[in-house]
Amino acid sequence: MITGKLFAAGADRRIAITITILLAIAIIVPVLNLAVPQNSALHIPPYAVALFGKYLCYAMLALALDLVWGYCGILSLGHAAFFALGGYAMGMYLMRQIGDRGVYANPVLPDFMVFLNWKELPWFWYGFDQFWFAALMVMVVPGLLAFGFGWLAFRSRVTGVYLSIITQALTYALLLAFFRNDMGFGGNNGLTDFKDILGFNVQADATRSALFSASAIALALAVYVTWRIIGSKYGKLLMAVRDAESRTRFLGWRAENVKLFAFTVSAVMAGIAGALYVPQVGIINPGEFEPANSIEVVVWAAVGGRATIVGPIIGAILVNTGKSYFTGALPDYWLFALGGLFIAVTLFLPQGIVGMWDAWRARRRERLAAGEVVAPQEVVVRPETAAAGKWSEPDSGAEPQPAE
Amino acid sequence: MSKSHTILYLDGVSVSFDGFRAINNLSLVLDKGEMRAIIGPNGAGKTTMMDIVTGKTRPDDGEVFFNGSVDLTKHDEAEIAMMGIGRKFQKPTVFESHSVEDNIMLSLNGPRSIFPALFHRSSTEERQRIDEILATIRLDEKRNDLAANLSHGQKQWLEIGMLLAQDPKLLLVDEPVAGMTDAETEETARLLKEIAKTHSVIVVEHDMHFVRELDVKVTCLHEGSVLSEGTLDFVSADERVVEVYLGR
Amino acid sequence: MTILRLLALLLPLLTAFVAPAAADEAELREIIAKFATAKGFAATKSIVEELAAVGDPAAERPLVALSDGDLVFRESDREVFIGKESGRTVRLLDPLTGEVLGEAKKSEISKIKVNNTLRRVIRDAVGALTLSSPDPVVRIAAADTMFKTPSADAIDALDAAIARETVSSVRRKLEQARASSVLVSDLPEADKLAAIEMIAEMGSRDAASLLIAYEAQSDGALKDAATAAIAKINETLAFWAVAQNVWYGMSLGSVLLLAAIGLAITFGVMGVINMAHGEMVMLGAYTTFVVQELIRSTAPGLFDWSLAIALPLAFLVSGAVGLAIERGIIRFLYGRPLETLLATWGVSLILQQAVRTIFGPTNREVGNPAWMSGAVDIGQMSVTFNRLWILVFALGVFAVLLYVMKRTPWGLQMRAVTANRRMASSMGIKTPWVDALTFALGSGIAGIAGVALSQIDNVSPNLGQGYIIDSFMVVVFGGVGNLWGTLVGAFSLGILNKFLEPYAGAVLGKIIVLVVIILFIQKRPRGLFALKGRAVEA
Repeated sequence: MITGKLFAAGADRRIAITITILLAIAIIVPVLNLAVPQNSALHIPPYAVALFGKYLCYAMLALALDLVWGYCGILSLGHAAFFALGGYAMGMYLMRQIGDRGVYANPVLPDFMVFLNWKELPWFWYGFDQFWFAALMVMVVPGLLAFGFGWLAFRSRVTGVYLSIITQALTYALLLAFFRNDMGFGGNNGLTDFKDILGFNVQADATRSALFSASAIALALAVYVTWRIIGSKYGKLLMAVRDAESRTRFLGWRAENVKLFAFTVSAVMAGIAGALYVPQVGIINPGEFEPANSIEVVVWAAVGGRATIVGPIIGAILVNTGKSYFTGALPDYWLFALGGLFIAVTLFLPQGIVGMWDAWRARRRERLAAGEVVAPQEVVVRPETAAAGKWSEPDSGAEPQPAE
Repeated sequence: MSKSHTILYLDGVSVSFDGFRAINNLSLVLDKGEMRAIIGPNGAGKTTMMDIVTGKTRPDDGEVFFNGSVDLTKHDEAEIAMMGIGRKFQKPTVFESHSVEDNIMLSLNGPRSIFPALFHRSSTEERQRIDEILATIRLDEKRNDLAANLSHGQKQWLEIGMLLAQDPKLLLVDEPVAGMTDAETEETARLLKEIAKTHSVIVVEHDMHFVRELDVKVTCLHEGSVLSEGTLDFVSADERVVEVYLGR
Repeated sequence: MTILRLLALLLPLLTAFVAPAAADEAELREIIAKFATAKGFAATKSIVEELAAVGDPAAERPLVALSDGDLVFRESDREVFIGKESGRTVRLLDPLTGEVLGEAKKSEISKIKVNNTLRRVIRDAVGALTLSSPDPVVRIAAADTMFKTPSADAIDALDAAIARETVSSVRRKLEQARASSVLVSDLPEADKLAAIEMIAEMGSRDAASLLIAYEAQSDGALKDAATAAIAKINETLAFWAVAQNVWYGMSLGSVLLLAAIGLAITFGVMGVINMAHGEMVMLGAYTTFVVQELIRSTAPGLFDWSLAIALPLAFLVSGAVGLAIERGIIRFLYGRPLETLLATWGVSLILQQAVRTIFGPTNREVGNPAWMSGAVDIGQMSVTFNRLWILVFALGVFAVLLYVMKRTPWGLQMRAVTANRRMASSMGIKTPWVDALTFALGSGIAGIAGVALSQIDNVSPNLGQGYIIDSFMVVVFGGVGNLWGTLVGAFSLGILNKFLEPYAGAVLGKIIVLVVIILFIQKRPRGLFALKGRAVEA
């Protein structure tokens, strides 16, 4: 039944194809890495597996952002914070797995705590020697933060740019906090020098391949979940809140709860992405909380096309491939390229790659139909944007809000 | 005065924004099942009054009761909407990126929490209700069109349809015929009168022709309080109304 | 009299930057060398007297070292040093300059021996040397030293110095030094009570620690007097601590105000989110750097005017860049605030990288002109001139801006366009140009803020990034669209931050402030001074 639904027409088919591709690479890439001999043209080197695994985590982060930005109009400039929190939860598990193999050979305390002359483990590190507990925290910590923050913000109707600015302040405050040694998360250096995950060496090719598969499967799952959410009555409500928040209120919906649910789900998704990211890159440090990182996520989603599910994934992979190329070949020009991308996308490609593709297809269909009126089915039509300056009136009662 | 037979009861309501008194000691009573037309110049406080009734604006002073006993100043928009007050905005506000049918679906009376919405499956009953409403507002043909692609008049009707789906006890309708052709205006008047048979309605309108068509009691607001009240003929004969609103 | 006091206040500032006149160093060194060969205390004493007779205050260092038993000579070449023991080795310091010259094993050097008689001679000599210095700054320094190291022996020398002192502020210092010496002397109790009173009036931390030490070893009426005096001093100190915090807070507030004030125009008045605002500040700072470099290489004499020259240039540079951004990007995005945010973030990345490419990634040196250097003590707190000027400057910029917005035709047009674009346009106002010029004004003001901030912050390509979040916080906190709100917001956040710092530390304090703002915005989404009304809400 699910497969039947998966292969329905239009946008749904695109989701089905995406999930199929993700599941396929979850099998094929490890095989090509592990089973194919190194001198074969089909062999995928371990570094490429790790690199691509990283992109998949970024893609999941971009998808998480798309759920709130694309479908609910909440431009979070702090999503990398949820990603980093998930990453830290996983990092803490990996730290505890090092055991007495650290430089100071302390069986309980991680090296940085010994270095800081700490005598015992802080309470919030308890339980992280258990994988199930860490896995739970990966979801609970970002989820709770998003829930608490969102509950306060949405209830008091902080919207639009104001919300963006305070999400940025949130990640900035976390950045400052995690830089502090006293916080007990390794300060400036963060958590690194991991050895084992679930008893397997994190450096080993087989572990890397497994992590890659896990990332691909998690992303496929995230795509499925997002798609189901969006397709439900709740999903329609979410978009209704995006387009005319006060209308939903006057219909009796609690717009703040609608947003809060999406925001929390999105944060959990980002946390899982972060948790998968950390063992693949081998380090998590406060730099992940940089406000700039969160804004970069926004451009991934924007390049691919927001409110399209598939777009942010494409955007994340494309932009990060570009980043890898530039930082290797022309390091001085990467920021020019990224800055230019921000401007170009907002000015010339507001619907992103997928949105543009859809618009083009819709036009072509219309031409083919020759005169027959065909309603574009996949194009997200937004209300006319209000006059300049209008945005500063977040709760615009009588008027539809600009979708952004 | 007994409130028990009233659907809406405003007494001595005042609200000011930065010193400007938008509503000034306004008292207004609407009986159950009554339809009332409200007229008045721009800035008379018509929309602000609706904001107060629907919980968007809190009055500085005064009493606002719904159904004789519910103090509306203690509730927010969503709660008030759930109690049974529906509102149509001055500028038609529909969910533009959804189809006409989905617009009605989201408005249908029913549970308003997240998880039921997440696992919602539409029932036959629900589909019938949607069909009924679409027939009433004559958008049956357009049910799969995006609301964004409707004409202005059709959006107005869709919004009225959303109100009907909500099945409120009291409807606040702000300028329902603005931007409509004469034929559409007449049609809308017919629709509203139909609705008024089973609901209490407040209509704010500038179009005197339309108000006459409704043939109900009229209240004229000016500078935040009631200037005149009675039949349309009585009100339009009032010197002060002529002075500030209708013109000579 | 007042002029003299003023002079005494200003002298330390002036002299701090005039290199001390080179004394007859060779002569001093020649005499010091003799210590190595002196046989017995009598011979050492005569060398001390000879050294004191030169009358050069530079002789103080070797004399004090001798008195402390730190003056040593190396066995091998009989050269004299000040020796500081550290474990098994001894660090060798130049006896006149105190510069570290090397190390030696303890066995390789010998101490020049002193006894109490000799110490007394040295003390008198040092006291006389510095107390009679023609330079009042040196005399004050001497009085301060003698205050901290009281000795009954010094009373005579101090009495003499007090008698001939003409500068009242110096005389006060001398009297205080005498009071501290009286406490350790065997003078009658009445004298000591008077001394305690005098010390209590100083109200400084030094006075408190001196009295605390004295309290422990005294008894009876003197002990009570000391206890009371300590309490009094602590009260004064607590007051000044608050005053100092307020000052630090105002200083931080003025920096925030400068950073945010341009934003109050572009974001607050126009409603444009300009994430490149910090880079406008940075461009202003780099303009200052370029101006100073040009002045250094062509007309060094103009250096004190460098900031005055940089101000209009920075305004023009940042304003021009702002104009280009508005015309090139932002005008296509009006009504789409989140897109504007993203596009201007892109601009900020490009500007940062451009500056990094041109000027390099490291900090650039921007000098303080003489009139911005130094500090002045007000009571128990210290006020640096650069911070003071920045406060004055920030308020000045604010006043000018307020005037432009409220009293000029341009300001009127600006407000008209913000209030109702279509109406303004039909009244014949060229709205696109008002937009462009308003944005340029906001950017230009960010540029002149950069000139001021270059005086207290590192001029690097990342300069702007450090301010952008703070600036937005200030504007949002104060209430968008309200210049006064920005002013109050900047100063209240600055002061709050500085009051939290002593309890929470700088970083945690900042985190707390951010959290407070986040919570505050939940409570009052429109800031401190929000506009109310249907026009805003609807």
